[in-house]
Amino acid sequence: MSVTFRQGACANLPVAASVAAYGSVLGILAAKQQISWQTLLTMNLTVFAGSAQFVMVEMWLPPLPVLEMVLGVMVINMRYLLIGASLRPLFAGRPLWQKALGMHLVADENWAVTMAAHRRGQGSVGFLLGGGVCLLTVWCGGTLAGHRLGAIVQHPEAFGLDFAFVAVFTALLVGFWRERSDWLPWCGAAVLAVATSQLLPGKWYIVCGGIGGALIKTGQAIWRQGRQAAEQKVPGGSGPCA
Amino acid sequence: MNLQDHNDLMLLAIAGAALATYALRIGGLLLADRLPHTGAFKTFLEALPGTILISIVMPGIMAAGIWGWIAAAMTALLARKTGNTFVAMLAGVAVVALSRFLTV
Repeated sequence: MSVTFRQGACANLPVAASVAAYGSVLGILAAKQQISWQTLLTMNLTVFAGSAQFVMVEMWLPPLPVLEMVLGVMVINMRYLLIGASLRPLFAGRPLWQKALGMHLVADENWAVTMAAHRRGQGSVGFLLGGGVCLLTVWCGGTLAGHRLGAIVQHPEAFGLDFAFVAVFTALLVGFWRERSDWLPWCGAAVLAVATSQLLPGKWYIVCGGIGGALIKTGQAIWRQGRQAAEQKVPGGSGPCA
Repeated sequence: MNLQDHNDLMLLAIAGAALATYALRIGGLLLADRLPHTGAFKTFLEALPGTILISIVMPGIMAAGIWGWIAAAMTALLARKTGNTFVAMLAGVAVVALSRFLTV
């Protein structure tokens, strides 16, 4: 456990600087909204979802619109339903308590890094947790630094740090390519994601693109099976009974 | 509104957000556990990581314009050639940062 835990933590370091920089931006925003650092820390530890926390802090004007906040968080985090489902092979055969504990520490970044490692036969629950603890630590460090001291980086975009997330996910994406027939599902997902991002707010584009692309892949597999079954029915003449 | 009411609402908002987020995280896994472990649903689940990742990156690449495409292509190429996520990421970030530095 401890070796994979450490490997998982190290594997998430490439994205850690960006996570901390954006954390510090959230910290400043929270301080402006008169959120105490203790409250911010509680939010970090219990919600642990970057974009959702940004939305919460932006809506943080008394009297707090609790219902709108929770609904907003749900909509933004809807993608975790898919991400959670995709972790099934990783948690296969694990007891419920490990699933219950492990899933709290799942963020986009350590999920992607772990799934990429799993593809290479390495990722495990310990690896995922190590990544989660690494991200949680830098997230807390970044947000609190921003809250108490001001931004680590005033405008992360100027240094291309917003693109760091895109770049890390792009680098990991390469490892998921399996065969030429992946073109269609991937292009489908890309088109759906871009179209959705223009039409719907929040993170719906991840949900729509993810489901749409995976459905295309499933359709391809069913169609291929159907064709194979049809070919087997046709008397070929080369069979053992011919 | 007094301070006590504000604190109560604060607690409620954080607890609600935390519960909603956790329910989605664990719900996805437990739901998948109950669905078939073979056939079409298995294919669907196995395709998800790739299609989710491409959906995450696409709007970001588009938003960064032509330099976003160049940076993404370079990142993918380096990831493929070196197998080093960190180096690949740095290259992509450097391209976007440089393009912004030059155009501002």
